[in-house]
Amino acid sequence: MTNRRDFLKLAGLGGVVFASGLSRFAIGADGKHASGAMAEDFYFVQLSDTHWGFSGPPNPEAKSTLKKAVAAVNSLATQPDFVIFTGDLTHTTDDPKERRKRLAEFRDIVAELKVKQVRYIPGEHDASLDKGEAYQEFFGNTHYTFDHKGIHFITLDNVSDPAGRIGDEQLAWLEGDLKALAKDAKIVVFTHRPLFDLYPQWDWATRDGAKAMDLLMPYQNVTVFYGHIHQEHHHMTGHIPHHAAKSLIFPLPVAGSQPKRAPLPWDAAQPFKGLGFREVEADVKPNKFDIKELTIKAS
Amino acid sequence: MVKQQRNLLWLGLVALLGGGMIGAYVFATPTEQVIKINSKKFVFIPNQITLKKGTPVILQFTSEDVMMGFYVPELGLRTDVIPGQVRELRVVPEKIGNFAFVCDVFCGSGHEDMNGMLSVVE
Ligand SMILES: [Cu+2]
Ligand SMILES: [Fe+2]
Repeated sequence: MTNRRDFLKLAGLGGVVFASGLSRFAIGADGKHASGAMAEDFYFVQLSDTHWGFSGPPNPEAKSTLKKAVAAVNSLATQPDFVIFTGDLTHTTDDPKERRKRLAEFRDIVAELKVKQVRYIPGEHDASLDKGEAYQEFFGNTHYTFDHKGIHFITLDNVSDPAGRIGDEQLAWLEGDLKALAKDAKIVVFTHRPLFDLYPQWDWATRDGAKAMDLLMPYQNVTVFYGHIHQEHHHMTGHIPHHAAKSLIFPLPVAGSQPKRAPLPWDAAQPFKGLGFREVEADVKPNKFDIKELTIKAS
Repeated sequence: MVKQQRNLLWLGLVALLGGGMIGAYVFATPTEQVIKINSKKFVFIPNQITLKKGTPVILQFTSEDVMMGFYVPELGLRTDVIPGQVRELRVVPEKIGNFAFVCDVFCGSGHEDMNGMLSVVE
């Protein structure tokens, strides 16, 4: 199991750790996979909203931020079991050629990660204008499942439909996948948009997200990790926690705190402020996840 | 080609009934005000709409370029806005206040700026 204090020290990261009342939560009682295999402790890293291809005053370091994030993950003393990018890998463009160029550059930059187990899901910037066509050429399916050390991971695509719907076909697929699981199976969902109505006035919602939540509700140990809102946020739907990750391009304001959902301005005195990624540790013995928010270095 | 889509809107009104606006779709009568709202990347024109409480109006939507969505979450009021079509919502404002609206169909780099305010006054 990772020793977190060592980890933070050795990584030389900013050491800004935002803990929250929801950052520890139970994921199951028996430490066992649905198949009965013993689960082991591990951790993964979630990065989100890198918006490769963005340029503008909200991030004058846009060309280097993703590379710094890759370097920061590579400098972690204990490498994570896997890394997941939860959407908006690239910043959108109307030009299909430019979109593919950005996806290719993104792929090449993250190929520098030491961790070879890297997973992706799309955001609306990657996939909404061509229904995920270019994204799939580079990263394959937009929704899929995998199992790792006793946890069943499900990724949901709520962006290939520009209206921000999961869609009935994918919901039926989710229902079928869940059916095979025990009610106390440990389940982690990755998605881009919030599955609940966080702030629909800013399009911070999934139009049929409630249908996915209804399907997940009977399961006792479900946790959702998502992106899209470019800030840390924690919310409960009944017993199911949702954890939004920071962005790696620019932070967005707190919901409704300003008239427009314009990026928070870059602060030259504190470059990369508000950006970061997170480490999520699955402590399967006490059956908890720990979330640590990490920053990237300015120089 | 501009096609009227009144029948589809009828369905949209089911959502209206629970949302602080009430209305049953009827064709615009000459006395009812029609407010035209045009959309293009990445604006609604106008993006400030003021309605009088209790006075029915027809909101009439068009798009110059790509598909958009007009959505007022707090009022449960929404319609797709499709190039080449005219979409209408008949609304009877019941609740005084300012209600943010947003484009809820991703339309490109600038989509995040596409919003506005619907104000209902006495
Ligand atoms: Cu997004
Ligand atoms: Fe984003």
